[in-house]
Amino acid sequence: MMSIKLALRNLLGAGLRTWLNVIVLSFSYVIIIWYQGLIDGWNVQARRDMIAWEIAQGQFWHEGYDPFDPFTLEDSHAKIPEKLTSENVAPILITQGTIYPEGRIQGVILKGIAQDQQILRLPTDLLVKENGEIPVLIGKRMATNNKLNEGDYLTLRWRDSNGTFDATEVRIAGIFKTDVPSVDKGHIWLSLQDLQQMTQSEGEATMIVSGSESLSGMDMPGWEYKSLDFLLADLDQIIKQKSVGGSIMYILLLLLAMLAIFDTQILSIFRRQKEIGTFIALGMTRKQVVRLFTIEGGMNSVLAALVGAVYGVPLLIWQNNAGYAMPYNTDDIGIAISEVIYPSYSFGLILGTIIIVMVTATIVSYMPARKIAKMNPTDAIKGKIQ
Amino acid sequence: MEKSSIIEINNLVKKFPVGGGFFTALDNINLSISKGEFTGIVGPSGSGKTTLLNILGSLDVPSEGEAIVLGNPISTLSHKQAAQLRNGHIGFIFQTYNLLPVYTVYENVEFPLLLLKMPAKEREQAVLEAIEWVGLNDKIKSKPAQLSGGESQRVAIARAMVKKPEIVLADEPTANLDSENSHHILRTMEHLNSELSTTFIFATHDEKVMSYLKRIIRLEDGKVAKDDWKEVKEVAS
Repeated sequence: MMSIKLALRNLLGAGLRTWLNVIVLSFSYVIIIWYQGLIDGWNVQARRDMIAWEIAQGQFWHEGYDPFDPFTLEDSHAKIPEKLTSENVAPILITQGTIYPEGRIQGVILKGIAQDQQILRLPTDLLVKENGEIPVLIGKRMATNNKLNEGDYLTLRWRDSNGTFDATEVRIAGIFKTDVPSVDKGHIWLSLQDLQQMTQSEGEATMIVSGSESLSGMDMPGWEYKSLDFLLADLDQIIKQKSVGGSIMYILLLLLAMLAIFDTQILSIFRRQKEIGTFIALGMTRKQVVRLFTIEGGMNSVLAALVGAVYGVPLLIWQNNAGYAMPYNTDDIGIAISEVIYPSYSFGLILGTIIIVMVTATIVSYMPARKIAKMNPTDAIKGKIQ
Repeated sequence: MEKSSIIEINNLVKKFPVGGGFFTALDNINLSISKGEFTGIVGPSGSGKTTLLNILGSLDVPSEGEAIVLGNPISTLSHKQAAQLRNGHIGFIFQTYNLLPVYTVYENVEFPLLLLKMPAKEREQAVLEAIEWVGLNDKIKSKPAQLSGGESQRVAIARAMVKKPEIVLADEPTANLDSENSHHILRTMEHLNSELSTTFIFATHDEKVMSYLKRIIRLEDGKVAKDDWKEVKEVAS
């Protein structure tokens, strides 16, 4: 108790020196929490967007379907099971095709989805057939890469279920903007009915997207249920890798903060030698001096947490509401990145950061303080540099 | 009536390593100091005054021989025991005051009592009493940087005296003070010596201090050259 009282007295008595140190350390708290919050917010947003735009609450895949092998597409479709014709599902038929934007040849994935589906966020309501034209949807990335605009006509070639090539003009009925590149780049979305007719696969689908997890238990021969965990595994892997990068940043920020404390403590030992000698002459044991200096260092982090809270809490709340605008070119990274990321500050993140900084600050303070124990008190009293 | 001895020094030798050899700072010192003495260890620079004071204050240990302070053989004390001896029974006054710069006058004087874990009420009373002894009631909230040299040394005296120690060790207490301030603090210490029977031991070569001493132990090249009471009277007169 005495050590805490004296440490607080020393810190507050040191005035500007203490407050400078505390403010620098408080920056570390706020920046670490802000940065980690941003990463967490990004992860949350990426998961949310993938669920909303691509995977919903789970999917049934035709047993032959392999998203990484386009050759499987030809045979991986079958009649939609009757059990899966409720409103809570969105069957998707997938096949390969070719488009010829500005005379170039480009391979695309054609995906047919029910025009009235409500499961995915795709604006399928725009797939309204007018004048016998086939309306299609493309994403903004696809449109930009191929210089396509809404209302443009595009030549589309595909093979039907018999392997026969066919081609037609399709009209771009809408261009949607999404943070999920895997439903955008190289994809053309048509109505399920159109694609079924084009490929002579009436009533068939490659996968059935489920709007409810309750369908997970259904057993259907020829179809395999893919859970949310399975479908998000790749994203989780990316998040995991990103977390490693984030941890490095976390450690770097922490090291900077600790360096500030360590530096201050080392400086204190040299500057306050006379004071330390006096402490010992007045009857403090070396252990008590070490404890005092360690608590002083640790207390810096307590004061820093309080100071950080004063300006950090409003700042982080504001950032949480306003979001963080991502630079334009991040759109092409390949994973779901929103234009604006809203940080996510969990209680665990805040508490964990505070505890880690406090514990590390205390350890870092102890190391130079331990040196004090080796100081010759008679020289220390005179302030002789040792 | 013969006074009881509180410090016994027997064949004390202190050597410091210098280069490849040793420098003998104190050479075969034998002394006995009684309770209530107002004694000075005098001598030129390098004669070993401060070294002897440091050993008596358990801040250093003899190389050979023995120094027994209040019944404690200094060379056998652990760090903790030495700290307890200083904390409970010895007050220090330094040439450069050594006040804690971030503390107020009150807090500086209070510090030794915090180490003694004295209850708050009793502590406050003792601190105010000590500050009154040295006449600094109006500077109670000042920090050392706001004090003159004389005032700083008076705070140091209050800090040394607040726990009413048996022994006060003063190392060149007037070296940085002008004549008026020197006499002021010496009179204060003389008064406390007679009032509280505290033993004062000075390390000094200041003539002004010598004029107040009741006993002068003269060191030359680490040896006791003179130890007498008679010289005091001569100097004082």
